[in-house]
Amino acid sequence: MRHEFRVRVGPAAFRIGSDWAAPVRQMRDLYADYPIADFTDFTVRLEAVSPLRRFIRPSVAINGDYMLPDAAPLPLDQGLLAAEMGMNLQMALGWRRQLILHASAAERGGKAMIMTGASGSGKSTLSAMLGQAGWRFMGDEFALIDPVTGDAVPYPRMISLKNQAIAAMRSAAPDARFGPLMHDTPKGDIRHMVPPEEAISRMDERAKPALLLFPRFGYAPAVREMGAGEVFMRLTQASTNYVALGEAGFTVLTRFVEQVPARAIDYQSGEEAIALAEQLWAELA
Amino acid sequence: MRDAMPLVTALRDPASVRALDGHGWSALISIARAEQLLGTLAYQLTDADLPPYAAAAMADARINTEYQQRSALWEADCARRALSTYPGRVALMKGTAYVAAGLIAGQGRHIGDLDIMVAAAELPEVEGLLTGKGGWEWVKEDAYDDAYYRDHMHELPPLIHKERDRMIDVHHTILPMTAKPRPDAAAMLADSVAADGMDGNMRIFSPEDMVCHCAAHLIADGDLTGGLRNLWDYHCLTREFAGKNGKFWENLEIRAKRHQLLPAVQRAARLSAALFGSDIPQSWDRWNRQDKHYIRRIIARDEWGRGTQKFTRFLFYIRSHWLRMPPLMLARHLWIKWRKGH
Amino acid sequence: MTGLLPFETRYRAEKAADIIIRPLDVMTLVYHRRSGITHIVAQPVPEILLAMAGKVMNAAELAAKLAQEYDMDDNADVHAVLSERLEELASLGLVEPVHAP
Repeated sequence: MRHEFRVRVGPAAFRIGSDWAAPVRQMRDLYADYPIADFTDFTVRLEAVSPLRRFIRPSVAINGDYMLPDAAPLPLDQGLLAAEMGMNLQMALGWRRQLILHASAAERGGKAMIMTGASGSGKSTLSAMLGQAGWRFMGDEFALIDPVTGDAVPYPRMISLKNQAIAAMRSAAPDARFGPLMHDTPKGDIRHMVPPEEAISRMDERAKPALLLFPRFGYAPAVREMGAGEVFMRLTQASTNYVALGEAGFTVLTRFVEQVPARAIDYQSGEEAIALAEQLWAELA
Repeated sequence: MRDAMPLVTALRDPASVRALDGHGWSALISIARAEQLLGTLAYQLTDADLPPYAAAAMADARINTEYQQRSALWEADCARRALSTYPGRVALMKGTAYVAAGLIAGQGRHIGDLDIMVAAAELPEVEGLLTGKGGWEWVKEDAYDDAYYRDHMHELPPLIHKERDRMIDVHHTILPMTAKPRPDAAAMLADSVAADGMDGNMRIFSPEDMVCHCAAHLIADGDLTGGLRNLWDYHCLTREFAGKNGKFWENLEIRAKRHQLLPAVQRAARLSAALFGSDIPQSWDRWNRQDKHYIRRIIARDEWGRGTQKFTRFLFYIRSHWLRMPPLMLARHLWIKWRKGH
Repeated sequence: MTGLLPFETRYRAEKAADIIIRPLDVMTLVYHRRSGITHIVAQPVPEILLAMAGKVMNAAELAAKLAQEYDMDDNADVHAVLSERLEELASLGLVEPVHAP
């Protein structure tokens, strides 16, 4: 393809091919500190929907090894988002080396806190904030659980901030590097933030899962205990490859649920969430 | 080279992957994914000495194959239960049949939907059992598509299982009713054999019929999408069957004639010999000027996994519809598809 | 008890090697190797699967077997409960009705 970029994020390596220079230039800039991959596990292609549309109202089709037949193309100024979505899709549909949980994660003292929940739960912002508060950021989208050791494997991709979280992180991390602000994407405003330097330099360092949180934004602060059955069911729903891993998936997930304490937390501000997380970490991890 | 030859070479000669560097592996894997042959490749390389990154990718592919095959055999078993009171024969087709029969063609084989074949006259009974207690339902209630399937196709409109979310295609013959060859579907069912590990009335085609179906699928049905995988099936099936039965090729010729599929089988044989070095009976090995177009179409895949040769592709698309449907019917079909914004 | 009627459906259960039963607080997980499906079940399903593993039984025979191993509530309509559970397990593919030869 005309333009190409290869990068490794944690255990997974990608090559992104593009019909346009701009998305690749932006990725080179944002991923400057990441290792460059020779071999790549996955291919993402940012392609013009038709030859003419490379120039006129350029529209980016998100293609690659795995594709969604009904994925709508994005305008070229959202090319970075298109690349990110393409990379997520490859992981979600193609990765089999570890159990994938749709979750964010942060590490301290060799132990990992894992946060999972639906979009809007604030798990992504929470992991980014922990990354500014003495924790090592491990990932804001996928937590990878090794089926043999049970360890959490870092996947510290570019942090994807949405709407209000953009301003919040700009003030919490004034020195961080940010990508272009993308307005009116299918998910509202989006801006990518480069993870802290330590998150990238230590991306091959795993951690023992020690606490699982189900955060929920917008409710008065509260902590709720959860039964193992409920946790198991919600984690199967939060995993894109649990079923595909078969018995190995069953073994790793049951062990995870038995060994890692879990709590649901409600919060209304980032400070509240961090305080609750710290308190539970001190009690349980 | 902007074609799928790296994959063809790796399948034909697994030791050749030793020459690949990281970029070469990236291309090979993308091509194999696009052709749905990654699992097959991974099984071919099971004992190969690979660099760690490639070994990890192949291990992932094997995990995925196990998942697909486990699900496929389970779907077949669910269909067997749902049809346990149906007295007729039910034949498993394509990938599920290869895996159920433990054939080499099944090793690493990608499997999507479940395909079965039953006698045409008994479709309503089978349909009733599947959609009744079986738990399958129509994917879409659409009068046009429905009538189209029923009038012209070789299968029922697809059914999907309510809970397991898996599709089943119920065929009553192996080619669309509008295609020129008229395979003898009744003979295929009559001569089907019991599938190992599947008790009851679940069957697989005889070796000769399995190859006829594979060749029909490759040549006469469709626009050659997935052609490389079908051709690999052909290669593996014929090699295994000919190795077990000295009269296989003779029997195949007789059988293919009966199904009006000898030209399709012979073409598959020539293409497979050209790409994979398969054995081919001497009398079939005649140069045909169309073959090079088929080969170009079958390997039209670049190192990024993109389909190339758009023009050849388009020709084959038109061709595949002409083969299936008389021209007026084609026009009507396309028009209705356009108007509905498909 | 109606369980001894000759026409009562008998079921063949999956072999013990084909299922993994893992209790998790009040629920029990059942991993089914052949399908790769995980079922979340409550009592008495694990007990039924263990009692029947690899065997063919009807509800009455199952009730008798369970009564040997567990304290059963005499008043409950054990037979009716087991009949229902067996039908549900059949729809999940964990047991299969055996049709008369």
